[in-house]
Amino acid sequence: MPMPRWLSGLGTWLDARLQIGGVIRDVASHPVPRNTASWWYVFGSGTFVIMVLQFVTGILLAMVYVPTPGEAWQSLQALNGQIAFGWFLRAVHGWGSNFMVALLLIHMAQVFLFGAYKYPRELTWIAGVVLLLLTLGMAFTGQIMRFDGDAYWGLGIGASMMGRVPFVGQWLVGLLLGGPIIAGQTLSRFFTFHVFVVPGLLIGAVLVHVLLVVKVGINEWPMPGRLVSRKTYLARYQRLLHEDGVPFVPDAFARDFVFGSLVILAVLACAAVFGPFGPAERPDPTLIDTVPKPDIFFLWLYAALALLPAELETPLILIAPVVGIALLLLLPFISGTGEKSWKRRPMEVLVVAVLAAGFAALTWLGRHPPWSPPMTAWSGTALPPPLLHGRTPLELQGALVFQNKQCRNCHALGGTGGKRGPPLDDVAVDLTKDQLIRQVLQGSGEMPAYGNHLQPAEVAALVAYLETLHPAGVPAARVSAPSSVPGP
Amino acid sequence: MEQEQRVVDFPSPAPLRIDPRPPEPRRGFLLRIGIGLSALAAILGSVPLLGYLLSPLRTAGERKWVRLGPVSDFPVGETRLTTFQNPSYQAWDGPTAMVPCYVRRVASDRFQVFAVNCTHLGCPVRWFPESGLFMCPCHGGVYYDNGSRASGPPPRGLFEYQWQLRRGELWVRGGVLPTLATPA
Repeated sequence: MPMPRWLSGLGTWLDARLQIGGVIRDVASHPVPRNTASWWYVFGSGTFVIMVLQFVTGILLAMVYVPTPGEAWQSLQALNGQIAFGWFLRAVHGWGSNFMVALLLIHMAQVFLFGAYKYPRELTWIAGVVLLLLTLGMAFTGQIMRFDGDAYWGLGIGASMMGRVPFVGQWLVGLLLGGPIIAGQTLSRFFTFHVFVVPGLLIGAVLVHVLLVVKVGINEWPMPGRLVSRKTYLARYQRLLHEDGVPFVPDAFARDFVFGSLVILAVLACAAVFGPFGPAERPDPTLIDTVPKPDIFFLWLYAALALLPAELETPLILIAPVVGIALLLLLPFISGTGEKSWKRRPMEVLVVAVLAAGFAALTWLGRHPPWSPPMTAWSGTALPPPLLHGRTPLELQGALVFQNKQCRNCHALGGTGGKRGPPLDDVAVDLTKDQLIRQVLQGSGEMPAYGNHLQPAEVAALVAYLETLHPAGVPAARVSAPSSVPGP
Repeated sequence: MEQEQRVVDFPSPAPLRIDPRPPEPRRGFLLRIGIGLSALAAILGSVPLLGYLLSPLRTAGERKWVRLGPVSDFPVGETRLTTFQNPSYQAWDGPTAMVPCYVRRVASDRFQVFAVNCTHLGCPVRWFPESGLFMCPCHGGVYYDNGSRASGPPPRGLFEYQWQLRRGELWVRGGVLPTLATPA
């Protein structure tokens, strides 16, 4: 297709002044190893494409969004309901965020398994780690932009974590919130970070990252047994480019182009089908009947904070991120040479597998948190008829006590109710009457003591009911001695 | 179509000629003046800039007395959820200007005012008068009616605001998000 004369004339005129055509031609035609023209090498450019999409949709959303706690929620509602395609732009931005983090993590795993962080690409990896942190920063601050109840309490959780830092905790909380409490200045500063500071840093880090990929060259497909050595690598890489190189455009670029387009289409499809995220209820701290939850990429943290032993919590909140980031940054210096192929690095494969499985398991738990008491189970969840059938009036009274005292919020019966404590369908099989009484009155480390809030008659009724909870044919637990003997 | 001759409007730049002679003394002097002046500008500029950036530190722990309401709003022996306006609120704070808290009237002249924020990670705890427990929906922390820790991950009991009775009205010292670093 011949270029129109006026267009090529314009191009020549512009390039005579800008003198950028040569650089573009150089980048486009720079040789890459033939075996990197692979579908495994598309995730970085896919992440980049989504970032551009986020910039475009973010700028458009900022034309309507009002970053004050008084109006942010209403402006989100207007975007969802009144402004043409506002809901769609919010959906694209939200789904784009998920896709960007996911693609970045896949890119990172691939780069790790292909040994791409080794000599001489240490700085490329470090820029990539910075990009990971900045992208997670965008995801967290973006969640705050959707200023609803979850965002409000999410800020409270962030402040609570900062508040655990010894000595300077109070100052860190103040700097995070922009004042002593979550209010106008808090949203303003998160807005500043989300639309000015972090995107600016992101652009800078992406430029460094991409420049390094072009200058140092893309990592060749790792061959088992071909070890990286500081003495020979550069010459060998140049030889590879010379003997088996292809120009970046079109050979390698074609796959990036196809994948990037597919990723955009996938985001658009998700946005169109599933719609925007929230906003949930108004960001009103006085509406306390709420169950705050973070977005999907922070659910693992929410789960970890429920499962950690209390005494490990503060050290892990404060130390684990520092150690984790330091390890990522130091990785190219810890194992900067040697084997690159994942086929001969079983430990690295194991690390990726364990991390992926761990994060996936914690995320799944975070979605279905067994440790969160369902707050209306006591008043709103029916008792299965078989668990009431044939009970005496006293035992039925006990079932009422069980519901009224919120026991159901933590203990399931017939498969429904809380999972914070054990289900009690078979409790009488394991605990005798005396043990039941003691457990109810004194509690344990994981259960409150109800001694001060139950009348003796209520305890008698409750325990009478609990004693009936054993499967037909399996007898209730009992002591060998008569029950008049004082218990242990 | 004939191949168009590429027109180069500008000649390619000639290689830079570096003057090998040592810089004249006046140029060195000017450079030093430049360094000195820019350092002065940086210092003078950074004082207000840092002061502005770090200004939240000045108010980080700043509490003020706020009126909760007449004591008759709080029956003896009961625990009630109430709200007060953040004493340092701004016009654009919207709903975040209000702060919830629980008032427990132990006796006619004795109160406990709890922050709703769980001491574990700050989620809002709910009061269940039937069992006399506060429960947290996030990670299952539970507190007794007097605010002490009952079970779950919280490292301590509920945060308590200081309170005062003034002319038959209950006042609390609020305005700071309660965390382990700034217990209410």
